[in-house]
Formats: sequence, C-alpha cells, structure tokens
Amino acid sequence: MTAFFQSLGMTYEWAWFVATLAGVLLIALPLMLAVAMIIYADRKIWAAMALRRGPNVVGPFGLLQSFADGLKVFLQETIIPSAANKGLFLIGPIVTFTVALLAWAVIPFGPEAVLSDINIGLLYVLAISSLGVYGVVVAGWASNSKYPFFSAMRAAAQMISYEVSIGFILICVVLWAGTFNLNDIIEAQHGHGFGLVNGFFFNLLLFPMWVMFLISSLAETARAPFDLTEAESELVAGYQTEYSSMSFALFWLGEYANVLLMCALNAILFFGGWLPPLNVDLIPWFNIPGWIWLFGKIFLFFFIFSWVKATVPRFRYDQLMRLGWKVFLPLSLLFVVLVSGWLMFTRYGVAA
Amino acid sequence: MIQTLAFYLFAFLVVASGVFTIMARNPVHSVLWLILAFFNAAGLMVIVGAEFIAALLVIVYVGAVAVLFLFVVMMLDIDFAELRAGFVKNFPLGIAIALVLLAELVLGIGAYRAGAIKLGVPDGSAAPMMDRSNIESLGAVLYGEYLFLFETAGLILLVAMVGAIVLTHREQPQGARGHQNIAKQNRRRPHEATEMKRPDVGKGVEL
Repeated sequence: MTAFFQSLGMTYEWAWFVATLAGVLLIALPLMLAVAMIIYADRKIWAAMALRRGPNVVGPFGLLQSFADGLKVFLQETIIPSAANKGLFLIGPIVTFTVALLAWAVIPFGPEAVLSDINIGLLYVLAISSLGVYGVVVAGWASNSKYPFFSAMRAAAQMISYEVSIGFILICVVLWAGTFNLNDIIEAQHGHGFGLVNGFFFNLLLFPMWVMFLISSLAETARAPFDLTEAESELVAGYQTEYSSMSFALFWLGEYANVLLMCALNAILFFGGWLPPLNVDLIPWFNIPGWIWLFGKIFLFFFIFSWVKATVPRFRYDQLMRLGWKVFLPLSLLFVVLVSGWLMFTRYGVAA
Repeated sequence: MIQTLAFYLFAFLVVASGVFTIMARNPVHSVLWLILAFFNAAGLMVIVGAEFIAALLVIVYVGAVAVLFLFVVMMLDIDFAELRAGFVKNFPLGIAIALVLLAELVLGIGAYRAGAIKLGVPDGSAAPMMDRSNIESLGAVLYGEYLFLFETAGLILLVAMVGAIVLTHREQPQGARGHQNIAKQNRRRPHEATEMKRPDVGKGVEL
C-alpha cells in the first residue's frame, strides 16, 4: 500500500505513515462492525438452540440490535463508585479493549494482506494475549468490591494456567511449520494432507493438539463453559459488576474481539487460514480471495463457540484447574516430545 | 530520526516508571509501574533488533511473573502506619546500600571513561550474523555452545519446582472432608443420585 501512496506524489516516509494508518483503520473498523454482528449471531444461535426467536425487533431480522444496544450504553451515565481507585478503574476497560485490538496487527487476511508481516508473529500474538488478563485484574481490584475482586483472582489464575498449555500447543505447530511467521505457517499447510487437504488438522499428531487448542481458547477467552470470571450465579457479573455505560461496553467489545481472534487463530494454525479447505481445483477455489475463506473459517469456529455456550453446563473452578494443569499440560508436553521426535526421525535424520 | 525518538521515549518511560515503582504509596500501583517498566524495556529490545528477546520479556515477565506479583500484592493487607514506623529504623541500612550503589556507579562510569578493556584479540567468532534471524542465532548459541549450561539451568529449575511442590503438597487421606475422587464423580449416573417417588394422593413420602 506504501507504493500506492508514493505514486500519489508523497515522500516514502509520509506514504509509509499514511499507508500504515489506513491499514490500521482497515482492520479496526471492520473488526468493530464484525464484533457487533457476531454478538447478534451469538444471540441468534443461542436462541435457536433454546427454541426461542432471539433479537428480532430492531431492523430487519433484528440485525441492528447490537447497534441499538451500543447507542443505549453510550447514552448512559458513567458511574464511578466513590470507594473505587478512580484512575485504575477507568484504565481497566481501556486496557482490555486496546489489547484485544493489538493482536490483529499480525493476522494475515491474504498472502499480501497483513498489516505487519513480522518474523515472530505467533510469539507476538502470545505476548499480546498474555496482556489481556491485566484489564480484568485491574478492573476487579480497582472496583473495591468483593465480587469483582473474586472474579479478578479467578481470571488471573485461569488465564495463566491455560496460557501454559496454549504455549506448548503453539510450539508443536511451530515445529512442524519451522517458522513463527503466520503467513509462512499458512503456506506450510498447503496440501498438507496427501496434497489434497490444506490444514494441519489433517495430521494424526496435530489433530489432538487442535482439539486441546479449541478447548484452551474457550478457557482463555473465558467463554462458557469456562466463564467462571463472570459466573452470574456466584459473582453477580464478575469484574464488570461496578461498571456502566461506555466502560462496560468496552469490556464487551474487547471480549468479543478476543473471541474472534481465537477463532482466527484456530483457522490460521490448524485449518489453513486464507487457503481454501481442499487443494483441488474443481471449481476455481484459488480465485476466491483469501479473506473470504478466512472469514468463513472464523465464522465456523465462532459457531462452535456459540454451540458450546448453548449446550454445555459451567465447570466448577477446581475442575477447570484440574483440566488445565493435570490433563492439558502433561498431554501437550507429551505431544511436543512426540512431534519433535517424529520430525527428527523423518525430516532431519536421527543422527542430526 | 524515528529510532532516536522511539529510543528516548522508551528509555524515559523505563526510568520514569522505575522511579514511580519505588515512589508509589500503594503497592499495587508499584507493581503496575513495574509492569510498565518491563514493557518499555521490551520496546528498547525491539529497537536494538532483538525482537525475540522482546517477545520473551513480554511473555515471561509481563505475562506471567508480574501477574503472579500482582496476584499476591493485591491480597496483601498493608498497614501503612506500621510501614512508616519501620522507615526510621531501617534508614541507616538504606543509606548504606545507597552509598554502595553510588560508589559502584561512580567506579563503573570511571572505568568506562578509561577506555575499552583489552583482554585478547578478537578472532571474529563474535561477529554479528546479519543473514540470520535472532531466533536462529540464539538457538545456535543456546543449543550448541552453551548446551550443558542450558540443560543444567533447566535441571535446577526442575529441582526448584519439585521442591516448591513438595513444600506445599499435603496428602489428604481417603474419605477426608474436601477429598474428591474425580473418577468417582464422573462415574455417577442420575439413577444413583436421584430417586423417583410416586406417592398416592393424600399420603406423604417416606424419606
């Protein structure tokens, strides 16, 4: 895009600046729109599974429901509890929201369509997603109220626990692809399964990793059945209890942006990202732009997220910790050993 | 130009948040300033081209270690009056440490001014490798040259972890209150947990 702005007669520095700014807006604005629509989709799917209608009043088929909700919270009064730690109370939701947007900088929407194509793309995503916990913890502490505080404690422990196994799962993918760059990881999946299927899921060693990654990403984003940070039967609304108006909305936007990010990571790491699902040119698969495939896969995973939310009862907290530390951690470690052993055996030679 | 600007921004923020870490009255604020310092240090790493180390700094220190710090500090119940009373008592010790640090700083700057140390002739093995990413060069160093030191470090960490688990682990006897047999809980089926009664009209249920 820099070259395009240079052709308009700008110097390289200005062209780069304008191109980056345009890229940021091109990702952030549609993301916000996508979050609004995905909240609507979530409610519709959830309603359909509960044999209800879901939102159907505002706009055709209720499509504008999220915008109406957004307008409502925007017009509300921002209430800051008098006992709260005012500065941190306001910083909490801002951190959550900003961090949720930051990670999208390295997500590739096509072979060329990525804002910053860095070598350590996957590590960057891991680093940014490990920052997400601060928004919740700071909000919970600054509210100076017991339910948000409990929720913050739970969130901190839960996110750290599942990040460990997510890290090991990502290591498996990185070992197989031989790179941290997200675009190269997608390229490595081209024709991975017998030259027919594009995606690491078509691999006996990596398929179990994908299942664990899907469950861990549910836990990492605190979605049902792992939504213990906002378990309404125990903690009112968790860390959001004291929040109102836009600060409350920022939490929701951040949360759903994180969910979308996790769906995108599922698609990119195990299902070939912007590649078509099959490597066969029955219909001109490869002429369809990559972002359409990626969006389709993201929506597929979001449907799974919603499906789980509508059907699975909430975990107990000790069960959550047990699953993370006693099941996922040893299993993912075992698979790191298996994958690296297999690669040593087949790719690098035993003597290497 | 932009590198210089970014360097001074990050460097200033590291120093400033370091100062605020020790100046802040509230320990939670201290930890948050410390996190900001870590974050800006990662920014400095990016500027010198060590993006892998920057990512590790954020993942390990900001993402894990500092969260645990925050976790513990948030649950502390601190009596500020008592803290201030201790200040006078510990003042001489603090001054002594500050003097030692100041002396080291002066020595360090003096030595730096005196010029480079000549311990040997460089053989060229330490030359920067421009064509390799810093993940590859770090891997080559860690798993090649320093393999045994690296593995020893790993072993020491393992021992520390086992030690921590042994210190905190308490074996709960079977059947003790709070003891959970997960397999037994998962095996339980509805007909073992609930019982259907069909009482006749006008008669109660015998429990």
